[in-house]
Amino acid sequence: MNLVEHIASERQRKEILLMTHIVIGYPNFDDSLRLVESMVEAGVDLMELQIPFSEPIADGPVILRANQQSLMSGSTVDRCLAFGEEVSRRFDIPFLLMSYYNILFKRGISSFVDSMAAAGLAGAIVPDLPPEEAAEYLEAMGRNDLAPIFIYSPNTTTERMNEIADCAGGFIYCVARKGVTGAETTFSQEFSEYLERCRAATDLPLALGFGVKDKSDVDFLRGRVDIAVVGTQTIRVMEEQGVGSVQGFVEGLR
Amino acid sequence: MTDVKEMEEAREMEERGYFGEFGGSYIPEILVATFDELLATYREARLDPGFWSEYESLMGSYSCRPTPLTFAENLTRHFGGARIYIKREDLNHTGAHKANNVMGQGLLVRRMGKNRVIAETGAGQHGVATATMAAKFGYRCTIYMGEVDVERQRPNVFWMERLGAEVIPVTEGTRILKDAINEAFRDWVTNMDDTHYVLGTACGPHPFPEMVSWFQSIIGKETRQQVREVTGRLPTRIYACVGGGSNAMGMFGGFLDDDVELVGVEAGGLGLDTSAHASRLASDASSLGVAQGYKTYFLQDEDGQMRETHSVAAGLDYVGVSPILAHHRETGRVRFEAATDAEVLEAFSLTLSKEGLIPALESSHAFVQAFKEAPKLSQDDVIVINQSGRGDKDIFTVADAFEDPKWKAFIRDKAKSYESG
Repeated sequence: MNLVEHIASERQRKEILLMTHIVIGYPNFDDSLRLVESMVEAGVDLMELQIPFSEPIADGPVILRANQQSLMSGSTVDRCLAFGEEVSRRFDIPFLLMSYYNILFKRGISSFVDSMAAAGLAGAIVPDLPPEEAAEYLEAMGRNDLAPIFIYSPNTTTERMNEIADCAGGFIYCVARKGVTGAETTFSQEFSEYLERCRAATDLPLALGFGVKDKSDVDFLRGRVDIAVVGTQTIRVMEEQGVGSVQGFVEGLR
Repeated sequence: MTDVKEMEEAREMEERGYFGEFGGSYIPEILVATFDELLATYREARLDPGFWSEYESLMGSYSCRPTPLTFAENLTRHFGGARIYIKREDLNHTGAHKANNVMGQGLLVRRMGKNRVIAETGAGQHGVATATMAAKFGYRCTIYMGEVDVERQRPNVFWMERLGAEVIPVTEGTRILKDAINEAFRDWVTNMDDTHYVLGTACGPHPFPEMVSWFQSIIGKETRQQVREVTGRLPTRIYACVGGGSNAMGMFGGFLDDDVELVGVEAGGLGLDTSAHASRLASDASSLGVAQGYKTYFLQDEDGQMRETHSVAAGLDYVGVSPILAHHRETGRVRFEAATDAEVLEAFSLTLSKEGLIPALESSHAFVQAFKEAPKLSQDDVIVINQSGRGDKDIFTVADAFEDPKWKAFIRDKAKSYESG
């Protein structure tokens, strides 16, 4: 089943889906595996696995440090892909890869995407790859039936939203606000209008991320988008309360 | 038919900011609208002859332009080969070619109606230049600087703060220039409505490489005219140091269509046979990659993670390089060499003692290569070295490198006076 079909079928049973995020290898590979296990146990519907990069320009301080820590403790792209393969085999939810374009580019786009497919991943989010630069990536993703997930932001024009929708697959990742990951988001009237523009521009499901951190945020998004994305907050919970507390936190989100 | 199609493709790549296969714009979606606005403002300014004359007159009244071309009579005699001329970008306000770029972008900021500027800085020269521009134009100003650089360039931090800028030490990553660039981008994706990012070199996403080169091209335009007036001919060779590449792009820009050999000199650090250097185009240590919003040669590992770099000159200590220069290497238009830290200090000393000029350690890299080649040329040959900045800012680094005992005693006494006072 491809990602769009999977999301549609899950949405039959649930009002809103939940996507969480980890940085692979942070704080170490064993804990990364425990995190995935407890998140799946807590009922998340999709997960983003971030391959660390030395220059993560779209990420805020929490995820940035997680990237650095992971690299310092010896993460390599090969180990991260092997990790993706392991969790895809063991757990029955779709896993998406998130990383910056250089990680794909350095290995060769086509060969990297083939490795993703071989690992059983469902799609990818590459925040510094705009559709204008993505021809080779789109070709490889299409050939492997993987979902190329693209991003809308509040200042994306309606015309551009339509163009992005033409390239995108799986779902659209709507960024809730300006800024980097992990900062506060105010869900305002202006915000609702933005979501209406997103909805009008594409038939793909909508995910909403950046600043979604608790049950009240997820409740607010119910009925407005298909997927709530909780990223930085789970890392904070893990750092402050330990890996063991993540499952309870995720269960409490919905 | 094929030719037409190829030409159209080439034009389209140019529109998207490609120079050969280098450049482009790899930016998060949130910045697309901001870059569209910048590109439109920049293109409008280029088409408006009034803009360039306003820029020239501003640089004339604020920053000593045109800067002189100095005949280095003693060095010429010393080497007994080519006649050596030195373009004096060190005489700009704030002591480096950086002033050209920041004042140009300052004028664009006014056109865009923004009131805050941010910038990254390595050695601190671009930070100080941006802070003066912000003060003059009345913009608020925040400078991002790696914590390591803050520690080794305190005098520049002092001036930025005195000029009214907020200096934020960057504690992430390797805590040097590239990390300051990342942090400036993070500020920009949050505050783009009233904020312009004054990128300091000919790198980054389109249109920065082209736009910064355009402002810096004032160096090459002046030099071409001056060298012809003084010598009646065009130079045989031109030397410029290459960090991000803006002073080189500015100087070379005046001579691209001439029969003049262009030489870019990178930081050889402790030697190209070590990993402690910042040579991307003169060595085979780099590879093609995409980071900080553009495609070029980066010093990176096989996974695409950026490596640590080293140079005695903080301004050359950078993992990437201008995509336009990467293209000039590919076509062979520019030759690239590297100078080691040790060679740089030697050339620096010689220039002080023979000419009374104090080049920045960055600029001294260009002197190294020129000094190697000058003796092999004849008196009929003319060479030009771009002295992109002045070296008095490097007093701590230079004093350490020469282990100057009187300087150390002075610092010790100064420290004591603070402790007791």
